[in-house]
Amino acid sequence: MRHLLSMEGVERAVIEGLLDDGDEFLEVLDRPIPKVPTLRGKTVATMFFEPSTRTRLSFEKAAKSLSADTMSFSPGTSSLSKGESLKDTVLTIQAMGVDLMVVRHAATGAPWRVADWVDVPVVNGGDGAHQHPTQALLDALTIRQRFTTLDGVRVGIVGDIRHSRVARSNVWAFAALGAEVTLVAPPTLLPLDATTWPAATTSDLDDVLTELDAVYLLRVQKERGGASVFPSLAEYTARFGMTVERFNRLKPDAVVLHPGPMNRGVEISARVADDPRALVLDQVRNGVAVRMAVLYQLLGGERDE
Amino acid sequence: MERADIARALRRIAHEIMERNHGAGDIVLVGIHTRGVPLARRLADAIGEIESVEVPLGSLDIGLYRDDLASRPAPVLGHTAMPVGIDGRTIVLVDDVLFTGRTIRAALDALVDFGRPARVQLAVLVDRGHRELPIRADYVGKNLPTSFKERVTVHLEETDREEGVWIEKRAEVAL
Repeated sequence: MRHLLSMEGVERAVIEGLLDDGDEFLEVLDRPIPKVPTLRGKTVATMFFEPSTRTRLSFEKAAKSLSADTMSFSPGTSSLSKGESLKDTVLTIQAMGVDLMVVRHAATGAPWRVADWVDVPVVNGGDGAHQHPTQALLDALTIRQRFTTLDGVRVGIVGDIRHSRVARSNVWAFAALGAEVTLVAPPTLLPLDATTWPAATTSDLDDVLTELDAVYLLRVQKERGGASVFPSLAEYTARFGMTVERFNRLKPDAVVLHPGPMNRGVEISARVADDPRALVLDQVRNGVAVRMAVLYQLLGGERDE
Repeated sequence: MERADIARALRRIAHEIMERNHGAGDIVLVGIHTRGVPLARRLADAIGEIESVEVPLGSLDIGLYRDDLASRPAPVLGHTAMPVGIDGRTIVLVDDVLFTGRTIRAALDALVDFGRPARVQLAVLVDRGHRELPIRADYVGKNLPTSFKERVTVHLEETDREEGVWIEKRAEVAL
């Protein structure tokens, strides 16, 4: 694996290898000194051309726990505001000496362009509504911890699938690991090419609710026109929100996931969000561990093939 | 070495550990992945038979402490577990083969991230020489003088479903 850009088409063994390493890195994060010298002398640049708090901090924590140095870049304070092109920006940062770049960009495909231009591994930290592979890895790890495997686990991904890079990544990772995925969204928010995804679709959450082992609630993305694609937030909550009433109808061991930041009272009720079966904080913790696994594997030497 | 030789060597090492440390009071046995882990378990069992005590057992994967990550693929990580605090304890690191000493250097680095042991000792089934660092073993099952070009293979029931130590000529010199 040279870059990590997409979850689509990644083999099961590769995903499982990353999750297995992620499990071991969770142990590292539990140590009295939660840091190992593995990437000493390496520099990881987090280049977020679109605002982010948790993903950037999570990558930085992952890099630092492996003893790598980090450089960060955010659009508001950079020469982008002076009109520098994406290509010039990444080549400039590469010339300073970096060993790996994490790229987030509002434009679909931007990390692929960057990977063509630079000589170092590139990790997609989220591109438009397209892919967010490390999110899929941390979600898969979180579900695997609960059920020991994803084989046969029934996962519902609920919300605005069409505009979601999380859904576009997770569906491939979950399916590759053997989960049965159902996309739950109003017809207008299902992707046009959903028939080519490894998932079933429905527009009725209540119809599938009691069969699900894990319910993955997507965030209502107000910044991507979220509210305007539903008649109203209240109607969204009524049809697709994880209310207390719906939560009580789930299987007794079913779990709820959310990529954060949560809109409490919209896609997830505040009481559900604080329930032990809502794994949101496990997801955050696992995020650091799987990103450590990604940095570790990408910065290792070439595999003999 | 055959099965019976390995068993005898481990029993002797168990006695030596007891003798040197005046019992098993402070001892934590820490096996280094892969084959140090079952060897540490066997030593713990042997010490348990001698002294009727249960010696705490840890395992250490040193993949994250190697000095050659950039030149080879990232190794698959084994499980690290430290069952008790190691501050003030006597740690006996356990590995199958002592060769260049680089694995032990990495294990020492890993160990200090878990605390500050009173002392660290090293037990190995085979010492084959060719040290590249100032490291020596406190307990040795068998000294095996080898050529640098030879390969020493240790197989254990728990990891390999067969038991024994072999010296082989390397087909090509990989190092």
